Amino acid sequence: MKLLTLASQDKTRATVLSVLAAITIIIPLCNVLTPADSALHFSAYTVSVIGKYLTFALLGLSLDLVWGYCGILALGHGAFFALGGYAMGMYLMRQIGTRGVYGDPLLPDFMVFLNWKELPWFWYGFDNFAFAMLMVLLVPGTLAFVFGWLAFRSRVTGVYLSIITQALTYALLLAFFRNEMGFGGNNGLTDFKDILGFNIQSEGVRSMLFFLSGVALIGAFLLCSWITSTKLGRVVTAIRDQESRVRFLGYRVEMFKLWVFTFAAMLAGVAGALYVPQVGIINPSEFSPLNSLEIVIWVAMGGRGTLYGAIIGAVVVNYSKTVLTGLLPDAWLYILGGLFIVVTLLLPDGIVGLLQRKLKEQAA
Amino acid sequence: MKQFADDLFGEKDKIAASSLVVEGSVDTRHGPILYMEDVSVSFDGFKALNQLSLYIDAGELRCMIGPNGAGKTTMMDVITGKTKPDTGSVFFGQTIDLLKMDEPAIAQAGICRKFQKPSVFDALTVFENLELALKANKSTWKTLFFRLNGEQRDKIEEVLATIGLTDCIQQRAGILSHGQKQWLEIGMLLMQEPKVMLVDEPIAGMTHQEVERTAELLLSLQGKHSIVVVEHDMEFVRSIARKVTVLHEGSVLTEGTMDEVQNDPRVIQVYLGG
Repeated sequence: MKLLTLASQDKTRATVLSVLAAITIIIPLCNVLTPADSALHFSAYTVSVIGKYLTFALLGLSLDLVWGYCGILALGHGAFFALGGYAMGMYLMRQIGTRGVYGDPLLPDFMVFLNWKELPWFWYGFDNFAFAMLMVLLVPGTLAFVFGWLAFRSRVTGVYLSIITQALTYALLLAFFRNEMGFGGNNGLTDFKDILGFNIQSEGVRSMLFFLSGVALIGAFLLCSWITSTKLGRVVTAIRDQESRVRFLGYRVEMFKLWVFTFAAMLAGVAGALYVPQVGIINPSEFSPLNSLEIVIWVAMGGRGTLYGAIIGAVVVNYSKTVLTGLLPDAWLYILGGLFIVVTLLLPDGIVGLLQRKLKEQAA
Repeated sequence: MKQFADDLFGEKDKIAASSLVVEGSVDTRHGPILYMEDVSVSFDGFKALNQLSLYIDAGELRCMIGPNGAGKTTMMDVITGKTKPDTGSVFFGQTIDLLKMDEPAIAQAGICRKFQKPSVFDALTVFENLELALKANKSTWKTLFFRLNGEQRDKIEEVLATIGLTDCIQQRAGILSHGQKQWLEIGMLLMQEPKVMLVDEPIAGMTHQEVERTAELLLSLQGKHSIVVVEHDMEFVRSIARKVTVLHEGSVLTEGTMDEVQNDPRVIQVYLGG
């Protein structure tokens, strides 16, 4: 019985992995190898949209680790995504150089516009790609670590924790809206030109970013699968189900939560960093509490506590969003809310749970 | 900052130096392994424990009885660090001040607890439940890279045999019967190689045979571990107890053998109402 579910789980995992690998390799390859008028050629729009889904899937995956496995309903996970995105955006801004509207070699346009005379200290180093990539991990990681340290050590759990994570992302939203913060205010960072010296608009770079998003997603999926299969994974599941009992076994529950929360925040940061060059902009709206709620809906839709469920959920919900906001722009939020209610009431294990039930019925 | 670093690197688990009066491990040269002196706990004016003093000897099997609300569970909460008392002191051996430690530190020092309601991890298998309880370095990174060695595997199998769940090794704990869950939790206690076992109502929901086996098990463990059993079933208490402590309104009413205790007029009054 246990073996059966394990095997079927592994089969699903293998299927998801092969589909991801196929997408990651075929789409960029087709675009690089075939001429623009070929039937095998994907439009720049398609590539960037699917690339965006891949980064969302990575974001959903990281939330599933926190929520599905550790039981922390984090409603501010989008903040870490946005911070990773801003770190990447800052690198891309520094690459513009004299090609900005004002042609200032050092200051990004919005700073010249605000009449700033010198670069704020926290913008230093972001002209270096390696440093910026380090910040993609460290900024979300540090915030999650400090926030998690304070929250978990004080044993803030459940609804209270969810509310303060919402407050966290809302506070960041308000802060990043302010011009004085030095991150471009409500316009955010945009008008990117180059990445590592290559034109960010070029098809090759877009294909490469797409490829990297796929690789990051597959890598993160494998890493998360491994983590959940270790003893730490089992401790984390135990914490989800009976937190206080785990303490009496001698485990420092707060440290385990902190570990998972920080790790997931770093994954979310990577997702944000891959998202920004593909959509070409990062602005404070990414911190909006609504965005973080949407991530929760992806994971719930897909089926939490499975990892691949989060990937499937992120892609399905976002694809629906792309299609439906085109067809019925005003109805999307109602549909999203409706979907969430349907999933919560009728499909507690999400799409993945439904599929597995169908498969089992067929097998029986 | 020091506190921060200690928490982070698990230094706290090595029995914080501040809670040791004398360096070393559990000092039981004077006999008792657990000292509770003048411990009082009140919740909103209700005195759950009222100047409770209690001494448990090393290797002893002690039974605690008392009517509902006598403070048995609160006593366990205080010993295991879940509840901090308003006054009084709680020492583990001569030298370890339990009031300065939190739940994980106390558990790692060797005081383990079985809960009244069986608290096993339903989503994990019997084997994984025991593996989780296994005495080992329980910091995050060490847990992430944990590999079970042969000795530890043997230990798990030995405990499985002791608690009679060898055939259920790969079953999810959630589908075990109530009695089996109780056994699994006792097994999890054994995995921690505790010096003191606090066992809250071990036979609730067990069949007659299971009760007998539990009694045998507890009797076989005394000497190696100090065991405190809280139980309502007088017949069961009679079958295992050398020494019985009666709690009433948060303090010790009387102590002695089962016969002494049962013939004590104060005990009769408490149980039957005066």
